[in-house]
Amino acid sequence: MNDTSTLKLGHIQGETGIWEMVIGLEIHAQISSKSKLFSGASASFGSEANRNVSLVDAAMPGMLPVINEFCVEQAVKTGLALNAKINNVSVFDRKNYFYADLPQGYQISQFTKPIVGEGEIIVDLDDGEQTTIGIERLHLEQDAGKSLHDQHPTKSYIDLNRTGVALMEIVSKPDIRSPQEAGAYVKKIRSILRYIGACDGNMEEGSLRADCNVSVRKSGEEFGTRCEIKNLNSIRFIIQAIQSEAERQVDILEEGGTIDQETRLFDTSTGETRSMRSKEDAHDYRYFPDPDLLPLEFSESWVQDIKEKLPELPDSLKKRLIKDFGITSYDASILVEEKDYVDFYQQAANGRDGKLTANWMITELFGALKKDNLSFLESPITSENLGELISLISNGTISGKIAKEVFSEMMKSKKSPSEIVKEKGLEQVSDDSEILKLIDQVISDNQDKVNEYLSGKDKLFGFFVGQVMKLSQGKANPGVVNKLLKEKLK
Amino acid sequence: MSELLDLNLVEASKALKNKEISSLELTKAYLKSISDTSSLGAYLEIVEDKAITMAKESDKKLIDGNARPLEGIPVGIKDMFCTKDIKTTASSKILENFIPTYESTVTQNLWNDGAVILGKLSCDEFAMGSSNETAAKGNVINPWLKNKKMSPGGSSGGSAAAVAARSALAATGTDTGGSIRQPAAFCGITGLKPTYGRCSRWGIVAFSSSLDQAGPLTRTVSDAALMLNSMAGYDQKDSTSANLKMPDLMDYLDKGIKGKKIGIPKEYTQNGISEDIVNFYEKSIAWLRDEGAEIIPVSLPHTKYALPAYYIIAPAEASSNLARYDGVRYGARQEASSLDEMYELTRGNGFGDEVKRRIMIGTYVLSSGYYDAYYLKAQKVRRLIKEDFENVYKKVDYILTPSTPTTSFELGKKQDPLTMYLNDIFTVPASLAGLPGISLPVGLDKSGLPIGIQLIANSFDEAGLISTARVLEMSAGFNFIADGAAK
Repeated sequence: MNDTSTLKLGHIQGETGIWEMVIGLEIHAQISSKSKLFSGASASFGSEANRNVSLVDAAMPGMLPVINEFCVEQAVKTGLALNAKINNVSVFDRKNYFYADLPQGYQISQFTKPIVGEGEIIVDLDDGEQTTIGIERLHLEQDAGKSLHDQHPTKSYIDLNRTGVALMEIVSKPDIRSPQEAGAYVKKIRSILRYIGACDGNMEEGSLRADCNVSVRKSGEEFGTRCEIKNLNSIRFIIQAIQSEAERQVDILEEGGTIDQETRLFDTSTGETRSMRSKEDAHDYRYFPDPDLLPLEFSESWVQDIKEKLPELPDSLKKRLIKDFGITSYDASILVEEKDYVDFYQQAANGRDGKLTANWMITELFGALKKDNLSFLESPITSENLGELISLISNGTISGKIAKEVFSEMMKSKKSPSEIVKEKGLEQVSDDSEILKLIDQVISDNQDKVNEYLSGKDKLFGFFVGQVMKLSQGKANPGVVNKLLKEKLK
Repeated sequence: MSELLDLNLVEASKALKNKEISSLELTKAYLKSISDTSSLGAYLEIVEDKAITMAKESDKKLIDGNARPLEGIPVGIKDMFCTKDIKTTASSKILENFIPTYESTVTQNLWNDGAVILGKLSCDEFAMGSSNETAAKGNVINPWLKNKKMSPGGSSGGSAAAVAARSALAATGTDTGGSIRQPAAFCGITGLKPTYGRCSRWGIVAFSSSLDQAGPLTRTVSDAALMLNSMAGYDQKDSTSANLKMPDLMDYLDKGIKGKKIGIPKEYTQNGISEDIVNFYEKSIAWLRDEGAEIIPVSLPHTKYALPAYYIIAPAEASSNLARYDGVRYGARQEASSLDEMYELTRGNGFGDEVKRRIMIGTYVLSSGYYDAYYLKAQKVRRLIKEDFENVYKKVDYILTPSTPTTSFELGKKQDPLTMYLNDIFTVPASLAGLPGISLPVGLDKSGLPIGIQLIANSFDEAGLISTARVLEMSAGFNFIADGAAK
């Protein structure tokens, strides 16, 4: 009776009806800063344990935090890119709790007065639709260290390299309605962060993580009780975790149960979430303004200076690509996903056929990189070389078919296409006399077929074209071959 | 020897520069004095070798004519200041073997100006106390009334006792709610708490970050001026440090107070003050009037809320500041089978009762459901107290009050924490308002114990504070020496 294939994304068909998901995300983005938020220690990833630890990070007696101005600038930049309200006065608070990898016994964060207030972003969905997701706030905070519990049977090891590294927590409004939307939202935030250089967005290294708040309700009802899934470090996991958590909640509710507000973890091996701590076990963080730090204040003109220096952002860039290069909205949204893609595309397509360039980049280049397991930055083909290939196709030097051959050679050898075409003698032959010679040969070799054709078997025309192309090793310009054959076989 | 000990800081400095004495002999005299007065328990750590080395270096500079402002002056350092390679415990068991790898900004400033370190001075544990009785290593004894064991006050009790006992020519202290001024009053010496932000807090073990401020304990007002000249200064490493240049305080010693207006707050003369203190307070008012000041009655209406607000704000900050003493990275760790148990044992054994009491109060007032009623309300009171002072400073230049409601008390006599907290009733308001205050001795009470009078100035007016205090000092002519002082 229920045809699940017509369900909208984010809807779950239950016994009692259709359930809708309500999702809010907290993204923790590590600021691309050489040093930590309140100490001069290096914030670099992958150092030997406890190498990047200053006296402040280790919370030695009498040590004091000093705000890293660069990090403040990145937060303001991000706030502006999220179309959000910048709070010229904000306050750092202490979030108090005991843990072995939290040397101060508190995390410096922003609780009641964050640096950035409400904003919104447009998110592109896979079906080409767009939706707007509200931003609740963005605040600055310190990261904690790392506890390693699997190094010794009875001891835990502590690595404080991450301690004090600057994070921005970007909190969305509960505007998200499907796991896919959540994924697209994270993608968009990551893309914006990379455009402005505030965060490298590297989820594998933990530079970008998300906590997902998930609840379910029947359409039109009040929000249900939510659970928070902590620390998801890939878009795939975010989508899986939300889907599985929402299904778990629906199962409970359908059986007449209630949802306990709690913090949950996503188990990547089972694809399910499990309880981490209940609301009753939740810490009382005893937030209060950090007396070691003055309120963070900056002038409107400083914000304006940052605003003027902001690079073009994906939404406006997308519009411009469609207008300037005549490409489809779909292609444009793929190209603006990453700053590196757009830069590459704009260089390759400059003064050339924009649509053809987009096709070659999205279909051929992205496909080949994926096949070879290479990242975009590892591409053996440069934007100059792809552009040159487009030119060779457009001006008729090579055919589309030959171009594919040249392309795979470019992937292998990193050589320029003209070099490859020259070396292999792949230039398209468009010269009438050259092609006529080939036609003459085909006609003399196939006199019987010529007679058949002339007596009315029109279908054989394709055979002659094929023979000429074959004889030219694919280099003959098919248009010219067609034209001359028709004249010759009149 | 005794002649060397007779010299105050300014006199000793002059004698050193005139090559009448050497830093080595002066330092040795003080090292001997430390040993002669060791029964007072003022010192937790004596660094004789380092003192001798520094004194010799100072003598070289003095001979070469390159003397710095405090060249060759032997000083004691409150154990709240982290000193590189010298044990720094904050008088707590939890830090009993802690040796910093760094030097606090204030002490570094002293060494940069040529001062010589004698050792580390006892204080109340984490500077929490008003009698020095919460120190892990035991009481410090006030050198006054040799026949009785009197409290030196706290928390800078070791610093005050050492200066009064002439086992340090000057000492550093920290003041959160009166911890420099109250012990200075109890020990018959001068104690100056500068404006919040005047001295860097970097490298000082934190008790209550929004209140803690370093300052000198000295024999005279001019000694205090010379010490603070070196201790103060902007420090980028402390975000609450003020980027304001302090004028050379020595230029303000003899400015006088003609035409200056002195405020007498009516809230400071109500009940519970000893008669002798009231008498000397009135005398002090008269002395200042005689020197040409105009005496103006003023009101600081929120004064009565200062102590309750202080005992919410300071413990709240302390509960968070002391969370770092968890046995994980440094300090005494009690081994246990789980992390939580390790915390409980380490902190349970490491902290004394008063520190635990304040951590519990602080944790309570910050807890969800109580934050608004306690912490937030206390912050509002703090703002009102600040406004009280701002209003008064529209009418007057300085405020004169007693430093304490009573003179020193016998050790072990005040067991009730609430009674103990009342010691700070006159010093806490200026702390909450971040204002500079100085306590100086003006006389002795009937039992022969010193009485301190406090002057409070407007923010960053240490110069005016010194001028005024100097006038009061000259008028009072306090020249008694504690009977327990080194001879």
